[in-house]
Amino acid sequence: MTQAPALELIEVCKYFGGIPATQNVSLSVSQGERRLIMGPNGAGKTTLFNQITGDLKPTSGRIRFFGRNITNMSAHRRAHLGMSRTYQIITLFPKDTLEHNVALGLLALRGLRWNMFKPLALEESMRQEAHRILDLVGLRELAKARLSEIAYGQKRRVEIAMALAQKPRLLLLDEPLAGLSSEERAGIKQLIASIPRETTVVMIEHDMDTALDLAETITLLHYGKVIVDGTRDAVVADARTREVYLG
Amino acid sequence: MKGVAVVIVLIALAALPLFAGTFYINLASQILIAAIFALSLNLLVGYGGLTSLGHASFLGFAAYAAAWTSTRLGYDWLTAAALSIAATTLMAAIFGLISLRATGLGFLMITLALSQVLWGLAYRWASLTNGDNGLTVPARPTPFDIPLDSAEAYYWFTLAVFAISLALMAVFASSAFGSTLKGTRDQPRRMRALGYNVWLIRWITFVYAGFWGGVAGLLYVYYNKYIHPTALSITTSAEGLLGVIAGGSGTLGGPVIGAGLLVLLRNWASAYIERWNMLLGFIFLFIVLVMPEGIVPGLQRIFARGRARKV
Repeated sequence: MTQAPALELIEVCKYFGGIPATQNVSLSVSQGERRLIMGPNGAGKTTLFNQITGDLKPTSGRIRFFGRNITNMSAHRRAHLGMSRTYQIITLFPKDTLEHNVALGLLALRGLRWNMFKPLALEESMRQEAHRILDLVGLRELAKARLSEIAYGQKRRVEIAMALAQKPRLLLLDEPLAGLSSEERAGIKQLIASIPRETTVVMIEHDMDTALDLAETITLLHYGKVIVDGTRDAVVADARTREVYLG
Repeated sequence: MKGVAVVIVLIALAALPLFAGTFYINLASQILIAAIFALSLNLLVGYGGLTSLGHASFLGFAAYAAAWTSTRLGYDWLTAAALSIAATTLMAAIFGLISLRATGLGFLMITLALSQVLWGLAYRWASLTNGDNGLTVPARPTPFDIPLDSAEAYYWFTLAVFAISLALMAVFASSAFGSTLKGTRDQPRRMRALGYNVWLIRWITFVYAGFWGGVAGLLYVYYNKYIHPTALSITTSAEGLLGVIAGGSGTLGGPVIGAGLLVLLRNWASAYIERWNMLLGFIFLFIVLVMPEGIVPGLQRIFARGRARKV
């Protein structure tokens, strides 16, 4: 097998002023893998995500995406290579309908997005595609509702729907279960579990009960450094994991 | 429904010269020109969330360019107008490169600074612009050999251009590109993550807004048959912005209503009230207090509430 890893980080460092947020983080996620990144608050998980997506430039180190060096590539170009993300704090378009929110995810990768002389409402095929994706996350009936009118747990689903609309090769989920009830968690868990293997999933999550079921491999971050990295069972059994979480 | 209403209003507007005097026809022409100017600024302010205080650059530059090419270089009106629009759009492309290094207040300050540079040049570079005396355009255009010298003819011509610009802006607002522009206004970070080149979207909008600002400038210079540096002043930019915000930014009707209100106050109320600026101040204070989102969205909200109460 000479398949390049979906995501490879080599000695990635990020300093804010003199303060390190991630230090020499190296990790490799193979294609199709389900990776959980965990660690206490302030461990640098989201900072790491922001460097992977291009929101932040690493101070040093390299990032490879399916073998391609993307360290200095802008965020929007990474999306065109097949990278999608969700946000810990819901970052959607509250004034627009669910349908429109998802359509913005679809439109992003289509040449149609530059057309300023044709109403978007005439794009029937795109609307149908948006409905199909909303159906996938169980929100089809709410397609015409404004995002600001729906419940928080449903917004979490729209976050994922918007990313899935792009059929990403790598999906980065930043705390997809944050703020949800246990019932809603089960629903989201099922949704994440149903994502096809063509999509590699890297997830940040605090809720161990749910997240451990989804993960195959785990990277444990602490003070911006990789403490333990390996298969789920190995990381869970590792003494250092307990130390970080219980010690 | 909405489209039908707009067509009826346009027909009513077209019939205006049949019963109104020259003074009112000219007033209406000025309102339409100011409306096109406000609509073009609204592309940036309303849909892009980019508040510019230098939009007079495009109106003034296009007007000067048309006047200069026709009087100094002796081009016919069509060549002069085409050159003027092309030059204005090119200038917008360059101004966009400079202004869009920033957003928010920074963007506002850069657009203001650039327009002040043009204003200063218009005043001081007298060999080119004739300074404080301004430039005179000998005649109005004659499209399809129709003379536009009469108030009625020029009004109809302006109305036609206004209708085209309004239609194109309506399509723009509902288009894929318009949707992405609004997305960059509301969630630029998310848009970037989705794969949108936020900077490029803003720049294209800036150039398009500059183009329509230039169209307003052409109508302006041919209406007055004269151009003076005040057209490039901060007052012109600020009035445009005031019209957009007062009428309701990010709507189609808002900038039109707002611009109309300003022109009416300036040209009509000033005939009766010496301190018409004070009246302007009170009206804007009222708008800000009662419907801070602008006249058009404010009235929509009030009517919607009234309707809900009846049910």
